[in-house]
Amino acid sequence: MSLDEVKIGGMGASRRRVEDNRFIRGKGNYVDDIVLPGMLHMEILRSPVAHARIKSIDTSAAWDVPGVRLVLTGEMMAARNLAWMPTLSYDTAAVLATDKVRFQGQEVCAVIADDPYIAKDACGKIVVDYEILPPIVNPVQAAAPDAVQIRDDKAGQVGNKIFDWEIGDKARTDKAFQDADVVSKIELHYPRTHPSPMETCGSLADYDRATGKLTVYLTTQAPHIVRAAVAMVAELPEQNIRIVSPDIGGGFGNKVPIYPGYVVAILASILTEKPVKWIEDKTGNLTSTGFGRDVYLKGEMALRKDGKILGVRMNTISDHGAFFADAQPSKFKIGLMHSAFAAYDIPTAHMFATGYYTNKAPGGVAYRCSFRVTEAMFFQERMVQAAADDLGMDQAEFRRVNFVKDEQHPHRTAFGFLTDSGQYEKCLDIGLEAIGYKNFAAEKAEAAKRGRLLGIGISTMTEPLGAGNSREYDILGIKMFDSAELRIHMSGKAILRTGSRGQGTGHETTWAQIVAHELGIPADDILVEEGDTDTAPFGMGTYASRSTPVAGAAIAMVARKVRAKARKLAAHLLEVSEEDIEWELGRFYVRGNQERGVTIQDCAMAAYSNMPDGMEPGLENVAYYDPPNLTWPFACYIAKIEIDPETGVWDVLQFVAVDDCGVRINPMIVEGQIMGGLTEAYAMANMQYQTYDEEGNIIGGNYMDFLLPTAWETPGFELYEVVTPCPHHPIGAKGVGECATVGGPAAFVNAVMDALKDKGVRNIDMPLMPNRVYEALTTGKDVYGMPPVRSGN
Amino acid sequence: MYPSRFNYESPKTIAEAIKLLDAGNGEAKILAGGQSLIPMIKLRFAFPEQIVDINNIPGLDYIRFDADGSLHIGALVRHEHLEKSVEISMRQPTIAAAAPLVSDPIVRTRGTFVGSVCHADPQGDWAATMIALKGHLVVQGPKGTRTIAMKDFVLGPYANSLNYNEIAIEAVIPAPKGVARGGYLKLERRVGDFATASVAVALDMSGDTVLGAGFALAGVGGKTIDANDAASVLIGQKLTDATIAKVAALVAAKAEPRTDHRGSAEYKRHIVEIFVKRILVANSTQKVA
Repeated sequence: MSLDEVKIGGMGASRRRVEDNRFIRGKGNYVDDIVLPGMLHMEILRSPVAHARIKSIDTSAAWDVPGVRLVLTGEMMAARNLAWMPTLSYDTAAVLATDKVRFQGQEVCAVIADDPYIAKDACGKIVVDYEILPPIVNPVQAAAPDAVQIRDDKAGQVGNKIFDWEIGDKARTDKAFQDADVVSKIELHYPRTHPSPMETCGSLADYDRATGKLTVYLTTQAPHIVRAAVAMVAELPEQNIRIVSPDIGGGFGNKVPIYPGYVVAILASILTEKPVKWIEDKTGNLTSTGFGRDVYLKGEMALRKDGKILGVRMNTISDHGAFFADAQPSKFKIGLMHSAFAAYDIPTAHMFATGYYTNKAPGGVAYRCSFRVTEAMFFQERMVQAAADDLGMDQAEFRRVNFVKDEQHPHRTAFGFLTDSGQYEKCLDIGLEAIGYKNFAAEKAEAAKRGRLLGIGISTMTEPLGAGNSREYDILGIKMFDSAELRIHMSGKAILRTGSRGQGTGHETTWAQIVAHELGIPADDILVEEGDTDTAPFGMGTYASRSTPVAGAAIAMVARKVRAKARKLAAHLLEVSEEDIEWELGRFYVRGNQERGVTIQDCAMAAYSNMPDGMEPGLENVAYYDPPNLTWPFACYIAKIEIDPETGVWDVLQFVAVDDCGVRINPMIVEGQIMGGLTEAYAMANMQYQTYDEEGNIIGGNYMDFLLPTAWETPGFELYEVVTPCPHHPIGAKGVGECATVGGPAAFVNAVMDALKDKGVRNIDMPLMPNRVYEALTTGKDVYGMPPVRSGN
Repeated sequence: MYPSRFNYESPKTIAEAIKLLDAGNGEAKILAGGQSLIPMIKLRFAFPEQIVDINNIPGLDYIRFDADGSLHIGALVRHEHLEKSVEISMRQPTIAAAAPLVSDPIVRTRGTFVGSVCHADPQGDWAATMIALKGHLVVQGPKGTRTIAMKDFVLGPYANSLNYNEIAIEAVIPAPKGVARGGYLKLERRVGDFATASVAVALDMSGDTVLGAGFALAGVGGKTIDANDAASVLIGQKLTDATIAKVAALVAAKAEPRTDHRGSAEYKRHIVEIFVKRILVANSTQKVA
């Protein structure tokens, strides 16, 4: 009699999150909660200006403040060869500025003191003499022939261009455009935004001179990458470096890079021989750590008049800030932007990408997406709507005509990805039905009588999640696989460790469910531990929705290895040959005699107390999983909105989300991820961005200017589910943590544009604030958030 | 939060509080709700040497309508208190309309009406409301109490006419001759955001005739905008499409908006005009008791 999988908290159980027990009691253990004896506190002095040469730094008054232990400058870092550090994109980034400051908020000095108040007071006493240089705040300025060079530190750097990069078949795409009946074009800017996790970045570095051991408690989504980087940069032996990522208060990609504060705190601990804690404030987080997006997107679509897409051209110009510090697989300069149009059956495509330095904060991180997939999908769905409008075709029908059909999978996209599975039309149909698409024209006419403009916007997305495979995906040469280690105790309870790192995302809950599914051990009997490089197996960490696709697969695989050994133990206990053993959830039995069996717990006890002769004791294993392909979830999001034409204010009347992320491990957590992602999507579409004025001052460096949506204005979301199991993943799961952030924004924007369709407006850049909508309405012209950038393709 | 060093005192009487302010010689700040002061000291935009916390002074949290119909709001009345007051909702529609729009629900549990008026933020809802309602403040200092009319109170952004050793202990809104009507509208990008534009309208009506009217604006100038001059075209008139359009244009002309990331100057002025119209139209179609 097999166990009831839902009862033991296996796959498909909406098991309550075990970590919430401590989080909702205020008993989480974040970096700032850790207190070590004799601990000192570090504060960073940041540049108030965007671009300036440093003429002098006078720290003497700071040293004089009682309680100050150390004041570090760029010069002092340089003396130890630590003034610059490598980025995740084969560039360098300043740790503390030596020659110039290159963005407002850049780290200039650090004060280490007995308490954080003293450190902050002393920072205020440092005098820096700046010679102001012209700031460059967008790629147009960066590309100007007479533009001042931002990176004059780099040998061989010419101007401010970082890269030119292309992908696709240019000749074939050019031909498709020659053959087209209609060519549709769109041009837009995806504004800079910020992941803005609740917990800012921070670290507590503890160097013990007696043992030579460096322990760093760190807000990181990828502790093992940090260990490797510290070993390389600080030239410390890797076995003596322990990176601990305790509870993480949200990451969203922001906690993948290695930030100057971490490096300075480590050096400060080595120099003072005391633990040194550095906790960034909110403004520091918003103004200096990895932002998301900031890409100008331009493209065109070659169309046949019956609606078939013949080819696509894309052109991206990205603003990377002062250092090229994007966190992405190293081979791809603009992330996985070429995942655009992966759900559409398009014969050919070509993309040209250019990146520039500007005097803005560095670090284009994958903010809740798989490396610029958000920009790709946003562009895709805005382009698709424009094309449907140009053809005079229904927007849903246009998508239906061009979707990759279910039976075409696995499908090679025009840019070379291999999508694995999906039921795109089914998802679209569910969405259209739920939103009442058929009745929309009548509804719109009724609203017009009330003086209101109604619009309906569709967005679909498929996202390449779960990098590797290792053939194509690496970060600085380290292949993108992941790992799990499972140890079954003699009582049948277990501890599971992985190379991934949850960030409030429920790993401790869902990982145990995978083991419960594979072994029949109740999820409550499994402790999940992550984040300590001394104990966890090597993994590439958690971002780009790779946990379930990669670490989750490793968990299933390690559980299967353990089950294989348990089978031998069962054969021994049941005194039959292994070939005669059958498995059902939680139990082995003798073929043909289901009554005669032993539980997985019996096997665990036997592994320690009654193993057969010649068998190694214990019941544990480790698995490293290198995925054969990415996983490809699909979603269809549809928004219905109403505009008040007198003010430009728009409200969401209904929002429908149909998500197909394959097999759902914990449906409740999946739904939470979708709700959260849609909230962030709504924020980007409606209110949120970071911009810079012409002097390079950041607008969006605090929560009065950088708006996070609250429960007050966030609309309700209706969720629907389609399940197409991933054909190559051991448990059929695909990633889901980011789908809604990726696909959501275009649904809102398309809806507003749909409402304005007959006003002659094609584009309003996000965020679609009331003033921008009103301007478009009254002028009949497109509204760009930034000056549009033009460049030859 | 790591502010610079300050002394903290929590007096039990107004007299003690005044003594501390006096001794502070301009370096002391009153802490009431703290919704503006605490962020400012956190960001080190403000460095008071002395914090005088008045929250433990009893008897300052009253909302009272006197027999003459005037409204008195004590120095420790929280926004939420006004939002939930049945008397306010029945007798003072401008305040009733503004209260739920002040910042966000969390701030409203703590921030105070009088503190907000004193903070004189050009974006502040209550300074604008007080100007439209032609209220005054009762202030107390070492030499006793005096009153300051709202029109003389806000001097500029974050600047008021209190002396450093005075405490505003009460806000007073005079009684209407007829029935108090009015409203408040705010355009914001998100709850708790600074206003793109806010409009306070106070009406004193007899039947459908306007006996008195007041207008003030927030978010559309370097300080709270007093647009009460515009009201004269309404006095003795009924609220018709024509009078409404006329006064709305006059009020909008009083705005001094700047173009910024919340919108262009023209857009903000347009919003003021639309909001004045909407409030007046709403009052014209309501049955007046």
